[in-house]
Amino acid sequence: MSRSVTLRNPKRRSCNFGVSRADTQTTRFKGKRYQHKRVMLTDPDSPPSSCWSTWSPLTEPVLGVMAGRGGGRGRRMMSFSVEAVCINRGESLPPSIQQPTPLFPVMEQKPLPLTGGEEAEYLLALKQEFRGAMKTLPFFIQPTAAKKDVERYSDKYHSGEQTDGVTDWSPEWKRFPKELRVKKPCRNGLSAVTRSDKPPLGQNNNNNKTDKEEVLLKLETLQKKEEPSSEEEEEEEKKKKQEEEEADGEEEYDEEEFEEETDYIMSYFDNGEEFGGDSDGDMDEAVY
Amino acid sequence: MTAQEVRLCGLLLREHFGEVVEKVGTHLLRGGAQNLRIIIHETGVPLDLVKKSLCVLVQHGACVFSSGRKGAGSPTEYRTSCDRILRILRYPRYIYTTKTLYGDTGELIIEELLQRGHMTMSSTVKTVADRLTQNMEEGLCMDYGEVSNAFSKLVETHFLQRSTPATPGTPAAPVSTAPPSPESFPDCYKVPHMTLVGRGKRQLCSEDGEDQRNAKRAKMDSQAHGDEGICWQVNFERFHLHFRDQAIISAVANKLDQTSSEIVRTMLRMSEVTTSPTATCTKPLSANEIFRSLPPSYNIARPIVDQYLTLLVDDPMEFVGKAGESGGGMYVVNLHRALANLARATLESVVQERFGSRSARIFRLLLRKRHLEQKQVEDFAMIPAKEAKDMLYTLLAQNLVQLQEIPKTPDFAPSRTFYLYTVNQLPTARMLLQNCYKTVANLIERRLFESRENKRLLEKSQRIEAILASLQASGAEPEQLTEVEEMITATEKQQLEALRLHINKLDSAENQVDESIFLLESYINSTASTS
Repeated sequence: MSRSVTLRNPKRRSCNFGVSRADTQTTRFKGKRYQHKRVMLTDPDSPPSSCWSTWSPLTEPVLGVMAGRGGGRGRRMMSFSVEAVCINRGESLPPSIQQPTPLFPVMEQKPLPLTGGEEAEYLLALKQEFRGAMKTLPFFIQPTAAKKDVERYSDKYHSGEQTDGVTDWSPEWKRFPKELRVKKPCRNGLSAVTRSDKPPLGQNNNNNKTDKEEVLLKLETLQKKEEPSSEEEEEEEKKKKQEEEEADGEEEYDEEEFEEETDYIMSYFDNGEEFGGDSDGDMDEAVY
Repeated sequence: MTAQEVRLCGLLLREHFGEVVEKVGTHLLRGGAQNLRIIIHETGVPLDLVKKSLCVLVQHGACVFSSGRKGAGSPTEYRTSCDRILRILRYPRYIYTTKTLYGDTGELIIEELLQRGHMTMSSTVKTVADRLTQNMEEGLCMDYGEVSNAFSKLVETHFLQRSTPATPGTPAAPVSTAPPSPESFPDCYKVPHMTLVGRGKRQLCSEDGEDQRNAKRAKMDSQAHGDEGICWQVNFERFHLHFRDQAIISAVANKLDQTSSEIVRTMLRMSEVTTSPTATCTKPLSANEIFRSLPPSYNIARPIVDQYLTLLVDDPMEFVGKAGESGGGMYVVNLHRALANLARATLESVVQERFGSRSARIFRLLLRKRHLEQKQVEDFAMIPAKEAKDMLYTLLAQNLVQLQEIPKTPDFAPSRTFYLYTVNQLPTARMLLQNCYKTVANLIERRLFESRENKRLLEKSQRIEAILASLQASGAEPEQLTEVEEMITATEKQQLEALRLHINKLDSAENQVDESIFLLESYINSTASTS
């Protein structure tokens, strides 16, 4: 409850608010007596200095000085001296506000136009290109794809098409805390160079495929063992198996290798979305 | 982290890194330092996505990690701060500045580093050389040496710095001390010795399968270049100092004339290396030195330079001050005062554009005279009482002007208290800064809304452009091209044009608001460092 000036200093028995004693009335509050001006409650628009009324401190909290005009609550008791803020006699207070202010109030002054010019246009182009480039980088993490209503046969072949050399990002794990490492079996041929812990990021996990992935992985590992660089692979796999903590959810299998092994033409399952091929190289177009 | 800052950071993260990173990032911003388990539990995002998001945030410097508060054994805690994420608004300005200073090569280096967070010098040089080679004519290649030179120049002028060196495993620094800044390491600006010889590779158009195999081979091809583990990042503070200097020079040029701005530019250039980033003013420079260092195209006589300097010192904006008489007069550039004046000019222009020139007059009056009673405001501003009262109350309602009570008696009786109007520059600047953040967030939201509304149209136009591009590449006849172009109707073309115009306007507006944000932020930071 906002306290009025009258209640701020309860020790004073008699407070004179710049009005003569004849206009005042004494009220008891919390055992103390306060003098205040009488103000009338009837007409909200007439200036308070000419009105009289009874006032009870228990029914209405009184506005503090800082509230200024004190409109909107129907109280007529002004705890500040009216002349000090120059509300002259005969002048009405602005009408009280009955509802919240509009969401888009009308602007009296229109804003200035934007600065044009070569620099501004170049900055604009830079900004839009940067945004577009960020969307293609591996740092742009897509949320896990929503489960489709029915699992379709072409899904196996489609989700792999987004895989690109660009989307793989292997951070320097020395600069990152250990717990952020994502374990992943690395691809064939990279083992000689990359460290066994470094997984490529940026693929969606789709739990529906876990079982099939495991089967395919086993086929792949068998195939890998046949190749001449099998020794290193085996060492890698042993290390990985030791270090793997979350085997099931984390395994992402190699779509590309799988694609190369099918008998079917990949474009068979094309449902028309990639008509004309992707022209990702065309970065001159602004991206919205 | 105010609510507006967090909202804006969330939108920026969403635009540049996706919604998952936005969710994790805003959670960290709101919640302070947290460990991995809490983040997973409270955001509800799956474990691997949280890990990836944190990796992305750490890579870009938005998040720092440290060992837990409870001691060495507790899990690592992650902390984000708004400042770094809000820098994303300023990326185009950084790139453009580098272009003006160091040409296309420098521009691409900074762009690559901003996109990737931090990278080693060798990988940056290679990527930039490849990109430059692609844009060059057939048969020409960009040499790695040129790009390395540009990189070294950027490091010399401190625009690039090394990232904090990696500590093995969890970092050893305790949480109580602030995480070490890159500057605290002595090798911060030392270019490593690198063996990197070669030219940029032009990307050949081949079938997709071949490209993928090439990409695989490129990844296997990681020769050691002698600078493993040394990652570089963009030094934003240096860019901010540069922007501050530019703002001062252009302010002097606007207020006085070109020659004075040249003199101030010379003074700032001479004290670039000797002035610390938080210094109140530059080191004193003698008039003789300034005269000798002026660019040769300005052949001004020595007494004229003295006159200009006297003019600058006497100017009420107080950009330049006199610090002594030796050497023909010692002059300094008052950096903090200049920033304060620039911020004050921003506040005044905001009031002028929102409330009119008379309210702006009252605002300027109160800034100059500090405390005034209502009667005095009317007299000094020469505005009729009624209108002055209205304007004052409007400004008071918007919290641009404050009321100060001076009691005559201890009981604060209204008839015996002075009520003085006043403007406090620093709190008002803070409030306007928050308004700016809110503005940019609103602009971004509106732009996303516009794109969402017209998503179908945008996708259709992108598809048709892709078809056109592929047809042209495979050498189709003009009739086919026109046929494809006609797939977009005229009304749709108009709609697309209007959409493009709106989105460009919203983007430009964001860039412009960011300029105000920079000025206000610099001013507030300068007061924080001195006080």
